Amino acid sequence: MIVAERKSIAEIRSLVDRYASILVVGCDSCVAECAAGGHRETQLLAAALKLSFHKDGKSPIISEACLDRQCVDDFIEGIAHQVPEHEAILSLGCGAGVQALARVYTTTPIIPALDTLFIGETEMRGVWQENCLGCGQCKLGYFGAVCPVTRCSKKLMNGPCGGSKDGRCEVNPEIRCGWQMIIDRLTSLGELDRLAEYVPPVDWSRSHSGGPRRVVREDQKP
Amino acid sequence: MNTESKLEKVLAAGHFAVTAECGPPKGSDVSVLERKAAHLVGRVDAVNVTDNQTAIVRMSSIAACSILKGMGIEPVVQMVTRDRNRIALQSDLFGAYALGLRNVLCLTGDHHSFGNQKAAVGVFDLDSIQLVRTVRDMRDKGTIIDGEAIQGAPKMFIGAAENPFADPVAWRVTRLAKKVAAGVDFIQTQCVFNVDRFEEFMLQAHNAGLTDKVSVLAGVTPLKSAAMARYMATKVAGMDIPEELLKRISGVPKEKQAQEGITIAVETIQRVRKIPGVAGIHLMAIEWEEKVPEILESAGLAQRPQV
Repeated sequence: MIVAERKSIAEIRSLVDRYASILVVGCDSCVAECAAGGHRETQLLAAALKLSFHKDGKSPIISEACLDRQCVDDFIEGIAHQVPEHEAILSLGCGAGVQALARVYTTTPIIPALDTLFIGETEMRGVWQENCLGCGQCKLGYFGAVCPVTRCSKKLMNGPCGGSKDGRCEVNPEIRCGWQMIIDRLTSLGELDRLAEYVPPVDWSRSHSGGPRRVVREDQKP
Repeated sequence: MNTESKLEKVLAAGHFAVTAECGPPKGSDVSVLERKAAHLVGRVDAVNVTDNQTAIVRMSSIAACSILKGMGIEPVVQMVTRDRNRIALQSDLFGAYALGLRNVLCLTGDHHSFGNQKAAVGVFDLDSIQLVRTVRDMRDKGTIIDGEAIQGAPKMFIGAAENPFADPVAWRVTRLAKKVAAGVDFIQTQCVFNVDRFEEFMLQAHNAGLTDKVSVLAGVTPLKSAAMARYMATKVAGMDIPEELLKRISGVPKEKQAQEGITIAVETIQRVRKIPGVAGIHLMAIEWEEKVPEILESAGLAQRPQV
C-alpha cells in the first residue's frame, strides 16, 4: 500500500487560506490503512481546520466527503455533485489521488493535505515500513524476499557496506541493515549460494529514471 | 604488470608498501593541500586523496590528485558512487587517466546523511564492486558498461576497501572474494585497532586463497587523544576500537596522549607487518599529516624503495 502522513495545519492553511469554501475529500484505501487520510482522518482534519480558521476570526465553508478510492474514476465521480459548490478540494489522497482528482475536475484547484511517503506494509499497529521502490525489475527472488534496493540505504546490490553494526544501518540505529536481513534470511533458507555471484549494475530505465511509467494492456481496454 | 602505476611496481617487486591519506581542503585553497602534501613527498609510495569523505563537500579528489602529481607524489584517486552516476564516474575515469593518474580506489562512500548536504539525493547508481568491475573492463577489455568500445582505455591500478570489523563478520571474507573476482588489485582496510580480529580476517582471506590475488594494505590511524578515540569508537561508522586501547590512551596525561597514540600506531604497524598476506600499510593520519615521517621512522619504514 501507499503510506502517507498528514501535513501540518499551518502548511495546509497556507495553501487553502485563499478559498471561501473547501471540500475535504478522504480516501478509504491505502491512506486509511496508515491512518492518514481515511474516513476518520477526514472528519478530524475538517474539524481541526474549522477550529484553526475560527481562531483567526474566519469561517469558510468546509464540507467533507470520503471516496473508496481516489485514484479510480468510477469512485471519483461520487463527489461530482459537491464539487461545483466549492472553490477548492483539499485531498487526503496520496499523490496519485490528488492528481487523479485534478484530471477529472479540471477547473477546481486540488490541494494535497498529505505528504505521500512510500510503498510499504503495516509492520505492527502504528508502524509502517517502506519495502518497495517500484524499480520495475523485481529481484526479491534472488535476495530472500528482502529488497536491497529499498532496505539498504545505499541500494547496494553486492552488499553489505562497512557500516553494518549489530544488524543496524550506519545511517541510523533505528534502521535495520537490509543486507544483514538478506544474509540471515538466505542462511535460514539454506540458499546463501544465491549471493556468491557478482550482481551487475541495475537497469534503472525500468524505474522512474526512464521517465513517468505507464502500463497499457489492450486486453483490459473497454 | 597491468599498468604504469608506481604503487603496482612497489607491490609487484615484493616491497612492503606504505601509502598515506590526504584530505583535500573545504574550498579551493591550493596552499592548504600543498602544506599537507609537503610532509608526504618522498616519504610514502602513494597518497590517497579522499572523495568528499563523510559526505562533507571538499575539493574534488581528481583535481587534488593532479596537484599532488605535480609535486612528485604518486596519487590514488578515490571515487565514491554516492554522488555520481555511471555516466559521470566513467567520464571522470577517462579524465583522471588523461591527467596522468594511475591508481583508483573504488568505494560506495559514507552515506550523505553524515555530511553537510543532508538534503542531497544519494545517487548509488553503482555499488563499489560494480565500479571495480567497470574500471577493470575499461582496462582489460577497452569497453565501458554495456560493452561499447572506447578510444584510449584508462589503465588503472584498481583498489577497494574492506572493513574486517563490520557485521556480519562471517561475511567479510566472502565480500573480499567478490571484490577480487570483480577485478580488484589492492585493498585498503578500515583502520586496524583490533589487531586480533584483523589477524583472524587475514587468516580467513589467506585460507581462501585471496592473499595471492590481491595486495592487502592494513589501515592504520594514529589516535591524537583519548577524546578522539572515544569519538571514533562511538560515532564513526564501522570502527572497532577495543576497550583496553581506550583505557590505555585515557590512562596517560592529556599532554602525552598524542605521543601515546603514535606509539600505539607504531606497535600496530609492527604487529600487522608480521601477519601473512599483509602487503603494506595505509596510514591515515587524519589532519595530522606532519606526523607521518615520525611514525614511519619509528616503524622502520622510512626508506622507500626506488622502482
